[in-house]
Amino acid sequence: MRVVVDYDLCESNAVCMSVAPEVFEVRDDDFLYVLQEQPPDDLRAKVEEAVVRCPKQAITLEA
Amino acid sequence: MPPTSGLSTVVVVGASLAGLHAARALRHRGFDGPVTLVGAEAHAPYDRPPLSKQVLAGAWEPHRIQLGSSADDDLDLTFRLGETVIGLDVADRRLALAGGGHLAFDGLVIATGASPRRLDDGGRGGVHVLRSLDDCLALRADLDAGPGRVVVVGAGFIGAEVAATCRGRGLEVTLVEPLPVPLGRVLGGEVGATLGDVHRDEGVDVRLGVGVDAVEGGDRVERVRLSDGGAVDCDVVVVGIGVVPNTRWLEGSGLMLDDGVVADAACRVAPGIVAAGDVARWTHQRYGEALRVEHWDHAIGQGTHAGEALLAGDGALPFSPVPWFWSDQYDRKIMLAGRTQGADEVRIVDGSLAQRRFIALYRRGDQVVAALGVNRPGPLARWRLRLTDGVAWADALNDAAGA
Repeated sequence: MRVVVDYDLCESNAVCMSVAPEVFEVRDDDFLYVLQEQPPDDLRAKVEEAVVRCPKQAITLEA
Repeated sequence: MPPTSGLSTVVVVGASLAGLHAARALRHRGFDGPVTLVGAEAHAPYDRPPLSKQVLAGAWEPHRIQLGSSADDDLDLTFRLGETVIGLDVADRRLALAGGGHLAFDGLVIATGASPRRLDDGGRGGVHVLRSLDDCLALRADLDAGPGRVVVVGAGFIGAEVAATCRGRGLEVTLVEPLPVPLGRVLGGEVGATLGDVHRDEGVDVRLGVGVDAVEGGDRVERVRLSDGGAVDCDVVVVGIGVVPNTRWLEGSGLMLDDGVVADAACRVAPGIVAAGDVARWTHQRYGEALRVEHWDHAIGQGTHAGEALLAGDGALPFSPVPWFWSDQYDRKIMLAGRTQGADEVRIVDGSLAQRRFIALYRRGDQVVAALGVNRPGPLARWRLRLTDGVAWADALNDAAGA
């Protein structure tokens, strides 16, 4: 599982961060940082939830 | 409730965000019978938040807001679009359609959303509400014509976003709000006043504590008459004064209606019937009261939950999320997590009102019940997470001071 963020779409709403803080962090510069580009499988459910909840549909998962 | 694992046919009434996510959840949980979504609008499911922003601004065309993804193609969902359900027979397990036909089900998801309240405008042209894509395109066409002035009635989130988008298009805007402070009841006086000031800074003529007595003109609107005796000449009016849940089709069905269709803590309305989204008033165990929530994120969460609850039947779990929504106005990103109603105190713990970049916490008793962020998405996400577990006010202030 690899997390890919389309930064042209991302508006730093930080929804992903409130769903999967282990993987996503919006810092004080208001930019999104992906903390783990290849998160372990036990975070899969959370990351999939973040994909669904992103208001800009800016996150995708690659196998 | 009888076991519902034996469901054979599910109908979802309402083909927008909540209904679509309910249908997806049914498939993701292994339901393999027919799933039919009935939508009153002719359009395939689409995303509504951009209607007051990018689409209204003219930056996006409608194809950009399609909700369906390629993954949905594999779900074998049947869409009946442009069809309106006008009646429900619970005992016979069937729906009546406006066109005269019927639709049978044994599992039902109620997700018909809500409709905007309107003013008595005498049917004059140029007076708009904003809920659907068709509403948006009609308003956009009027804005494209270069009106002399736009009057926005209601400084709630829809009205505020429309005002911001109209200013972004270079239009003159008057924002009329009956309350003395925009969103004062929801956000408190200081925070609400600050959000009103943002509009003034952006050149909006903000009229607070003033209602609209009449919409005047000929075939088209020419002015609105205000409750303070004044009048504002305008070519376009946008009315953003709240919504009414779409439950008329459920009248006489025997289901309980109370500003929405009433559901239990797990979103169950009756055996084999669940509800989700703007239309659903369900018992929120976290807050110990029946709520109806009109937010985008809520429609996803509750739609998903309702689909799962339909399959789980007696075993369905309570749906008890911390509500969350965002609003984009000018270059401000406003986010609220939690529930401000009944708050005893509001305190700015990060940034300042003057900077228009801050976090406000809302206290009820000795607990934090909500957090509002303006241009503070990261910290707001942290508060949202903490609200899920519950945060003592004293701990929150300590942590904020040490941050």
